[in-house]
Amino acid sequence: MSAGTHRRLSLWAGGNLSLRAREAWAGWLFVLPALLGLLLFMAVPFALAIGLSFTNLRLGSPLPTRFVGLENYTRLWEDEAFRRALLNNAMFATVVVPVQTALALGLAVLLNQKLRARAWFRAVFFMPVVFPMALIAVVWQLMYAEGASGLINGALAVLSSGAFEPRAWLRDPWLALPAIMVLSVWQGVGFQMVVLLAGLQAVPRTLYEAAHLDGASAWQRFRFVTLPQLRNALVFTALITTILAFRVFDQVHIMTRGGPNRATTTVMFEAVQAAYGRQQVGYAAAMTVVFFVCVLTIALVQRRLVREERETGA
Amino acid sequence: MTAGARNRFGSMLLHGLAIALALVYAAPIVFMLVGSLKPNEAVLAEASSWRAFVPFGASLDNYAAVFRRVAFTRFLVNSVVITGSIVAAGLVINSMAAYAFARLRWPGRGLVLMGVLALLILPFEAIAVPLFYQVTLLGWRNTYAAQILPFVANPLSIYLFYAFFLGVPRELEEAARVDGASVPRIFVQIIVPNCRAVFATVAIVSFLFYWGFYLWPLMVTIGPAVRPLPVAIAEFQTMPPLQWGDIMAFGVMMVAPVLAFFLVFQRAFVEGVAATGLKE
Repeated sequence: MSAGTHRRLSLWAGGNLSLRAREAWAGWLFVLPALLGLLLFMAVPFALAIGLSFTNLRLGSPLPTRFVGLENYTRLWEDEAFRRALLNNAMFATVVVPVQTALALGLAVLLNQKLRARAWFRAVFFMPVVFPMALIAVVWQLMYAEGASGLINGALAVLSSGAFEPRAWLRDPWLALPAIMVLSVWQGVGFQMVVLLAGLQAVPRTLYEAAHLDGASAWQRFRFVTLPQLRNALVFTALITTILAFRVFDQVHIMTRGGPNRATTTVMFEAVQAAYGRQQVGYAAAMTVVFFVCVLTIALVQRRLVREERETGA
Repeated sequence: MTAGARNRFGSMLLHGLAIALALVYAAPIVFMLVGSLKPNEAVLAEASSWRAFVPFGASLDNYAAVFRRVAFTRFLVNSVVITGSIVAAGLVINSMAAYAFARLRWPGRGLVLMGVLALLILPFEAIAVPLFYQVTLLGWRNTYAAQILPFVANPLSIYLFYAFFLGVPRELEEAARVDGASVPRIFVQIIVPNCRAVFATVAIVSFLFYWGFYLWPLMVTIGPAVRPLPVAIAEFQTMPPLQWGDIMAFGVMMVAPVLAFFLVFQRAFVEGVAATGLKE
């Protein structure tokens, strides 16, 4: 005991403690603040999410909280709003991931050409990334204004020389989700573009020169040199975008509140409604567990894709 | 056509395409900026023609109206305090933890590092509900603490620092170590000044995320006292009378500091964000 105290004192005094022991002390001290934060505000809540999902906990309820087994999960399965939310997230990912990836790849290839003021163009396409999603949702809500006076309706009317009928974008059950997808792509493409552009610039010049000597056309060079070289960057950005598609909340909460008729509801929107709106913490926790399982599955699939590529050595 | 003429034609086509795309891409931003300067009635009335992009009757009235109608300064201060604290404290503790993982030998290092890396896959949304419950139990609803403390320690920041520190040549520290400098001293005087790039990356990435954070402050704030800008603009938009010019002015003021910063440090922003994408 006294030896330990002495040791600790001598550490602070920079005394005779061995170098190794001093390093071990410093290591723990350096990692401690971050570790405490991660434990308290990530590990504990994660364990709590799983634990609470098996209870009927409600905030401010006079009824005692009890263990209900899988009841929340079976209820989720029968909850039409939640099933619709899962479907919406899946549709969102199915449309947004390929569209946004293709668009980002196109922009990255364009910016990789001999282009004057390239940095300026890159800045324009990247700019929406620095915008808070809440602000983007508000601006696009105005752009989607109904009737002939809306910006989007007006622009489509001009492009179709008047043939286009104005739509109520955010109140039409068929158009609301696609409308939200469009602004999400607009905001997200810059991030993907920048990552792919960095990937493009890392492709060795000699590969293109060799392909050129072999008489490969521009398309063949893209298909057989660029795409394989970009594979990991493409898989990675697609993964991030897929996970983002399952996290969608801000746009929906601000623009449509999940409507019309649940056409734009998402898993996170339903979870917040349950936890915050109806104080059903146990039920909402079950939703976020399902959400996490989705994210984890996507990540594991991506890992497998990257590994396969390494093994085949393509 | 000669090869030279064909090249010039191709280059013109390329520039034309890039300019057209950039114009379409910038349209919503220009629309917001122009709308913020126009009389309120004109914003929607002129939205469907080219007039939407020209500030007819420009004035700063809408900006004045924002300050008159809501506590904009309060929201701005809240956002600055919350985001600033998360970024500043985060830079300190996450870089320290990463240094311990990358350079120091201590018992349990491998295990703890694995735990931290495992947390990378855990999105905030997956723990929002229990965290909300935790914060309610602690009595932290409607405080700065609830909006700052849970987000200071961050596995992605630790990972970015860690990956960078691994690439720093050990010789940098050797001389100081031989001279008997303590670990904190080596960290502050040698590592930090030589790794400014990664500090900038982490600062930018976490700043962007928390400046736009919406879900969490929506859940834990009640009223304007500690409410940050993103929740405030969503609320402002539903506040009668609906004045689109005022709303756009609010939006411009909310993004202007970030945008100015972005335009000046464009390279750092783009490269910083790309760096987080290249982590695999």
